[in-house]
Amino acid sequence: MTTTSAETVIAPARSKTVARVATVRRKQGFQHGGWFIAPFLVLFVLFVIWPLLRGVYLSLTDANISGDGANFVGLDNYREALGDSAMWDALGHSAYFTLLVVPCITVLAFLLAMLAHSIERGKWLWRLCFFVPFLLPSTVAANMWQWLFTQGIGLFNETFGLTTPWLTDKSYAMFALVIQTLWWTVGFSFLLYLAALQSIPAHLYEAAKLDGANAWHRLVHITLPMLRHITGLVVALQILASLQLFDQAVVMMDFGPGPELSTRAFVQYTLEQGFTSYRVGYASAMSIIFFVIIAAVALGRMVLLRNREESAR
Amino acid sequence: MTTATTLEVRKTRKPWTPSQIVLTLLGVAVSAVFVAPIAAALFTSLKSEAEAAEIPPHWLPEDWTVQAWQALWETGNVSNWFVNSLVVSVLVTAVVLTVSALAGYGFARTEFRGKSIVMGVVMAGLMISPAVLGVPLFTTVQQMGMVDTYWGMILPQCAPAAMVYILYKFFQGIPKELEEAAFIDGAGRWRVFFTVILPLSRPSLAAVGIFTFISSWNNFLWPYMVTNNPDLMTMPNGIATVMNSYGIQWAQLMAGGLMAGLPLIVVFVFFQRQIVAGVAHTGLAGQ
Repeated sequence: MTTTSAETVIAPARSKTVARVATVRRKQGFQHGGWFIAPFLVLFVLFVIWPLLRGVYLSLTDANISGDGANFVGLDNYREALGDSAMWDALGHSAYFTLLVVPCITVLAFLLAMLAHSIERGKWLWRLCFFVPFLLPSTVAANMWQWLFTQGIGLFNETFGLTTPWLTDKSYAMFALVIQTLWWTVGFSFLLYLAALQSIPAHLYEAAKLDGANAWHRLVHITLPMLRHITGLVVALQILASLQLFDQAVVMMDFGPGPELSTRAFVQYTLEQGFTSYRVGYASAMSIIFFVIIAAVALGRMVLLRNREESAR
Repeated sequence: MTTATTLEVRKTRKPWTPSQIVLTLLGVAVSAVFVAPIAAALFTSLKSEAEAAEIPPHWLPEDWTVQAWQALWETGNVSNWFVNSLVVSVLVTAVVLTVSALAGYGFARTEFRGKSIVMGVVMAGLMISPAVLGVPLFTTVQQMGMVDTYWGMILPQCAPAAMVYILYKFFQGIPKELEEAAFIDGAGRWRVFFTVILPLSRPSLAAVGIFTFISSWNNFLWPYMVTNNPDLMTMPNGIATVMNSYGIQWAQLMAGGLMAGLPLIVVFVFFQRQIVAGVAHTGLAGQ
């Protein structure tokens, strides 16, 4: 009896509170929602959306760097770009670089993370050693390796007893970039893997040990499946970053396109057309093509992920 | 999300087992390979220019000298570049933290007309970087008269959709009840944001801040496009473009590179925990 009377007393009060919360939510949210976003939105529109729209417009003109006297030329720039073998070469270099870097970095990052995770002592030291190259500015990391790879005075050949012309022969230049990039950027993916490894519940391994699973079984049946998400993320981030190859290629090749143009990346070719040949319209058309490629890769990943999740269900 | 930090609680010392000894030796060997290029740069910076260009090269300087560091400090614009880097990175970090915290909260917790459309557009912005739209972004900034100015370097780095997304995800995870209690006590949206939400978000804000600072300090492409005036260049830029144009002096180049890299290495040593947690957090938030 006492309980019911207590409930009848409390219930109206509670429903009043709920109603009040609901109106507060609606009113406050509606009044202020836009203002929270506004500062970001202003910057975003000015420096992301507007340049994108402007790029689309410029790509339809023959604008030069000053922007004066631009004529509307329709799709001519796109037609020219698609027939420009130098553009396809540059795109090919970026794609080839991506193809070489992504699998290597994924495997290397995983192995380093497993190593750092398994050693019981000095965890901060391993983290520092493997991550520290990532903290160097791209130009600094590139300068270092340019020096290491320079024939004659470079320590790379000296240490390994080689005489390879890393930076001056087109059959090695791309590999020099890949080696430099692995060293410089693997730390980031390494940390992602390390964090993922640390978040796998220990009881899974204990249970498996009780069931008599050896180290190999535990790796294949627990560790690797638990890392599937992070692997997908590492691969996706690396693909997008590698396609945007620019800094290290430019700096290591003395601000040129590499021996026989062999390392000229897509971004580099676009900027050359824009800033060296002053063909802003043409460079904008290539920027838009590049945007479409990046968007296609990102969308492709989303679709793949969705399918995988659905099939897993 | 906080697993990385909680699992780092010190374990009691375990005895050395044979497998631990092998793994540790392997770890030392691999670490040596990773640190070797930085060590090589450091040793080179302590050689004379003549010795740095000697054939065949050797690792350790025969005559240790700080001449390259001195020359760099006296002749170059290094101190200028250092200040420029600091100004640009600090301002970018401050602006990014402010606007992305506000926007992340706005998207996570408020309603307004067209919110889903705006969010969709912002998420699409994740794919657009200065590398992707370099030339049109440059002409836009040129049109605003901001080429060769601090603002031209700073503002285009201040609209990172990724940071908004990370904070948006984090704010979504904060229980609504916390805010509602404050609302009932009569607090307004802004008050709740500053007194309830922000203090709770310190780790996420730290991660966003540290990452913005790192990427801004290390940014090469954008400052390279937007500055011609050597007085305005940032550290990585000045080192790479101006010093290369003198004809390469390796000892000085390495000294300059280490100077440009040092601040972040110091930051990492001090904020290791936050950075590791931040990587874990930003990484996992991307799923």
